[in-house]
Amino acid sequence: MEIQLIGITVLWIFLYGYLIVASIDFGAGFFAYYGKITKQDHIINSIISRYLSPVWEVTNVFFVFFFVGLVGFFPSTAYYYGTALLVPGSIALVLLAIRGSFYAFGNYGVKESNVYTFLYGATGLLIPASLSTALTISEGGFISEEEGTVVFLVKELFTSFYSWSVVFLAIVSVLYISAMFLCFYADKAKDWPALEIVRKFALFWSPPTILASFLVFLALRAHNLEHFNNMLDYSYMFILSFICFNIAVWLVYRNKRYGTAFIFVMLQFFFAFFGYGVSHLPYILYPYITLETGFTNETMGIALVIAFIAGLFLLIPSLILLMRMFLFDANYVQGNREK
Amino acid sequence: MPELDSAILSRLLTSLTLGFHIIFATLGVGVPLLISGAEWIGIRRKDDHYRLLARRWTRGFVVTVAVGVVTGTCIGLQLSLLWPSFMEVAGQVIGLPLFLETFAFFFEAIFLGIYLYTWDRFKNPYFHWLISVPVVIGSTLSAFFISTVNAFMNAPKGFKLENGKIIEIQPLIAMFNPATPTKATHVISSAYLTSAFVLAAITAFMILKKGNNEYYKKALHFTMVSGFVFAISTAIIGDFSGKYLAEYQPEKLAAAEWHFETEEGADLIVGGILDENGEVKYALRMPNFLSILAHGNPNAEVIGLEEFPAEETAPLFIHYLFDLMVGIGMFLVALSAQYLWSYKRKKGNPYSKYLLMLIVASGPLAMLAIEFGWIFSEVGRQPWILWHVMETTDGATTSEHVGSMFLLFFGLYVVLGWICTAVLLKMFRGNPAETEFEEMDQR
Repeated sequence: MEIQLIGITVLWIFLYGYLIVASIDFGAGFFAYYGKITKQDHIINSIISRYLSPVWEVTNVFFVFFFVGLVGFFPSTAYYYGTALLVPGSIALVLLAIRGSFYAFGNYGVKESNVYTFLYGATGLLIPASLSTALTISEGGFISEEEGTVVFLVKELFTSFYSWSVVFLAIVSVLYISAMFLCFYADKAKDWPALEIVRKFALFWSPPTILASFLVFLALRAHNLEHFNNMLDYSYMFILSFICFNIAVWLVYRNKRYGTAFIFVMLQFFFAFFGYGVSHLPYILYPYITLETGFTNETMGIALVIAFIAGLFLLIPSLILLMRMFLFDANYVQGNREK
Repeated sequence: MPELDSAILSRLLTSLTLGFHIIFATLGVGVPLLISGAEWIGIRRKDDHYRLLARRWTRGFVVTVAVGVVTGTCIGLQLSLLWPSFMEVAGQVIGLPLFLETFAFFFEAIFLGIYLYTWDRFKNPYFHWLISVPVVIGSTLSAFFISTVNAFMNAPKGFKLENGKIIEIQPLIAMFNPATPTKATHVISSAYLTSAFVLAAITAFMILKKGNNEYYKKALHFTMVSGFVFAISTAIIGDFSGKYLAEYQPEKLAAAEWHFETEEGADLIVGGILDENGEVKYALRMPNFLSILAHGNPNAEVIGLEEFPAEETAPLFIHYLFDLMVGIGMFLVALSAQYLWSYKRKKGNPYSKYLLMLIVASGPLAMLAIEFGWIFSEVGRQPWILWHVMETTDGATTSEHVGSMFLLFFGLYVVLGWICTAVLLKMFRGNPAETEFEEMDQR
């Protein structure tokens, strides 16, 4: 495999990882707030914080990892995206900063603050919306290069049907992924009342998720026909994704095997995300950056891949340890352990 | 205001974010080491005071880590948002340490999560202590990697520039450039130093308020001994940094020292002000000391500012920052030595009011020294973003919105700083060490 392709695959895997772990986090923040205003917080919020507290920082690192890796492997993305995304990027950063620090203030510092929970819940929906603009922009049509400067066409973005369909997909899938995960976690915790609530969330958010996915297909056809046609070549990926979706929802509907159901949710997004990604190639940012033109020099590319492999030897065992302690340790999940 | 162009505003926003971030980053690098040390002593001596110390420090630490993480994310992304042209060039050469830094950060984040939630999980207490080791390694390594990136900006090596194109890249040479050894060790050592004095200051404040008991005495002794060790090491590394500057960045040293004419046996200027004619007034001149600082030889020749074109030298106010940083460093050495002397001497009183008050002041002072040192180092390499390769104004974004983003982030940091302080105060006032220790006794 070419080094460029390895580079983009590595980055795409990390973005996928972020998509899953961050969705759980973002959605959980919203559900925690929703639970609070509907007076169900005593039922669901303990399982939410039991999962989130040890991992929220790790979730954040996935994001940092992705953008540092992107600039490392494809330095010219820094030039185009950097100039174009100053405003949306800064807003996303401020939201992320509020969210992360207020989570810590609320959970490790003072207990129970309505303001913190509200901010945590609200930012959970705004961040995916603002981060998804980066993906929207990669389709082209929202950036122009005039006299050597990159100009971000804000008006274009706000009036585009495509960009709004992506925002819609981002928000509903966050809620769907999160609810599906919380089903698994509540089931593991043998917390039946909580399970009953999050199961309803999961089933409720599944139809909009699949609806939004179709909407994005349609909108992309109008926005970037070339990419849309490429996607048709990989249509089997999207069919597989749809099958996984059905299995996952069916399992939750039948009220059994939540762990398997969540694996199918992950597969559903895996196929859709990689189908989308592979059909986007060779463009990183249409039409300015391709895999060839944007890639860093050969030497740095190899150094980064070596560093990445070496890093994985450190990361994977650590992540497994983390999961064993807070995801698969029945005593911890059920809350029988003291902090 | 025509002078506030994107480049100036980008510099302001970057310094705002970094200036805020390094407060938390410094604690993030240093405090884990002290927590780990306290827990280890606690386990080894079966001393519950030390274990409680580790626990309480950890609890406060998590809140500061959160702010460190989110502001670190900000500066990480702002590098590309505010300096796109710089990152396009530099990314090709220093992508490696940037990437490695996130690995170290990842490693630290994973184990910090585990450390926080497994206090009573293991039968063997050393297991829990072991989890603090990767946290210490991760935080120190991320300081190391990110310092190499900054060192590269001061001493760009490991590539060639031909007609604006970068060729012959050697990532490891870029990472281990001549500035790396002194820069990275100085950053790490001063982070340990500052964390020790910040924790000592909190302890001294509590003793002044509540009188000394065993718990506070142990905390003070542990932090002051650590502070002494790191103050000495920071001073030694600082001396090497001076020699590095004399060799590789003579104009930075000359600007910091108001050393205008090249001469042998140069004097060190301490304090003073510069009048409009460029004359130094009210300064303390230490004969031949600059030659010693620069070359370790009282008669060595030190290059003066006159040798460089005026538009390529840094503003002369960095002299004050340099003096303040060194002055505080010396004060910290003297203070911790004084404490140790009083502690060892039979008649001495390490808990005298004047000493405790100085220790209370030492925490904020150490943090100020960090800020002064950074501003000195960063402003001192102006006008370059890449020393003698790229000027700062050429690296900045062309976007017109930097001004409003500055206000946005300024607001964010005010809110974060304010709430972080309020939460920390509430956390420790609501749950003093005394009650917690009684609870431990009863179990």
